Amino acid sequence: MAERATFRVKTGLAEMLKGGVIMDVVDPDQARIAEEAGACAVMALERVPADIRRDGGVARMSNPAMIKGIQEAVTIPVMAKARIGHFAEAQVLQSLEVDYIDESEVLTPADEANHIDKLSFDVPFVCGATNLGEALRRVGEGAAMIRSKGEAGTGNIVEAVRHMREITGGIRQLAAMRPEQLAGAAKELRAPLDVVQDVAERGRLPVPLFCAGGIATPADAALMMQLGAEGNFVGSGIFKSDDPERRAKAIVEATTHFQDPERVAQASMALGDAMPGLEIEAVAAEGGLLQGRGA
Amino acid sequence: MKDSPLRVGVLAVQGDFEAHRRMLASLGAEAPEVRTPEQLDGLNGLVIPGGESTTISKGMARDGLDDAIAALHGAGRPIFGSCAGMIVSDRKHLGLGDYLCRRNAFGRQLASFEQDLRIKGLGDEPLRAVFIRAPWVETHSAAVDVLAEVDGHPVAVRQGGLLAVAFHSELTDDSRLHAYFMAMCSTSARTSSASRAGVRGRGAGGLATSGGSE
Repeated sequence: MAERATFRVKTGLAEMLKGGVIMDVVDPDQARIAEEAGACAVMALERVPADIRRDGGVARMSNPAMIKGIQEAVTIPVMAKARIGHFAEAQVLQSLEVDYIDESEVLTPADEANHIDKLSFDVPFVCGATNLGEALRRVGEGAAMIRSKGEAGTGNIVEAVRHMREITGGIRQLAAMRPEQLAGAAKELRAPLDVVQDVAERGRLPVPLFCAGGIATPADAALMMQLGAEGNFVGSGIFKSDDPERRAKAIVEATTHFQDPERVAQASMALGDAMPGLEIEAVAAEGGLLQGRGA
Repeated sequence: MKDSPLRVGVLAVQGDFEAHRRMLASLGAEAPEVRTPEQLDGLNGLVIPGGESTTISKGMARDGLDDAIAALHGAGRPIFGSCAGMIVSDRKHLGLGDYLCRRNAFGRQLASFEQDLRIKGLGDEPLRAVFIRAPWVETHSAAVDVLAEVDGHPVAVRQGGLLAVAFHSELTDDSRLHAYFMAMCSTSARTSSASRAGVRGRGAGGLATSGGSE
């Protein structure tokens, strides 16, 4: 009689995270700080993206013992990352009972041609996207939540803005089309026709849409909410800043009060320095862009 | 005045407030988002949506909404708490209902589920109830009326002007629970406009601040 892991149950948790901030944490202490600051969930990972970027090498799923430690430290949902296409890592994360799996370009891809078959899992997945076609391919594979990719670990919001505009602009175009145009649009987007038709009819994605990749300040968070994000992921932006506790609180406040510039201004005072930012061109010149992984 | 639509606010600190607004609007209510105490003025009722209860209660405390919502409830305005909203309305949080919740009572996300649920007051036709990392009511006083149970645990309760459920019907197409709550709101609106007529010079705006209406 009770049905688990239905599409509604999987997207249901993402619905509950809306209007909130999901924070990257690398140990139980950071997880407690995030929860205390008002995070609606935490993402357990071994290194924040800025450190992955700095250290280089292969970035993998986190140590299960560390994930367990974080699950014991907080009562809010705990997410964790698997490499793109690495379904065995995802199986491990499901066995740990994480609340959401992020099939993430921040880790080194395990499969250059295929994503994880997310429909075959009971635990829900979130995936990154740079445009609408990518978002809808992930939904077709079973993703129950989409986030912009942005450019993780740069503290530079420009890529997340581009991706969010691509996705929401693409949705508006679909919504304006006549039914007979949708097959052509699906071909162009390289996305399943039924998902394209659904988006055209509703005028929004069938799953919640969040922002990730580059948020470093309360104003960044407010910007992304005004551009159509339904919530924010913040990675390096918090624990790579001067005063993580206050910054975390401030970004939570700005995500709720994104339409009130005075509140965002108030929240932005006395935070110390934000994380150092990187120019996207400089990152690209070093071949360090993560967003092209797993399109 | 009689024909103006009900104004049922939806707390928008964090959570699935948009889904509740869509459902209330489909039933003809005005459903403004509430992020500040001032936005509680003139409401006929308030929905506290699902979300993360720690996030929502910290946000309410930060913005002075906890006292303001308690005052709204004290002034006779019905409150509908869903999931996190059920938790933050309990004795340990806002104290709107005389019960205590157990958080994540069914377990983590993998244990989340949906099922048909018969609810007292909604007739024989069951409601599709979506439970997401849901709580249940662990203990309650005799003043609390249990409307539905799962495995012997109360998951829908009513105490006077408080309706609290552990699940989400706003994620389905069935709006009967919201219609039930709106009926609670219109009853209270009729009663309070009748009593306001007898108290000259006292507008609706005064209710939330004084907290002591008759």
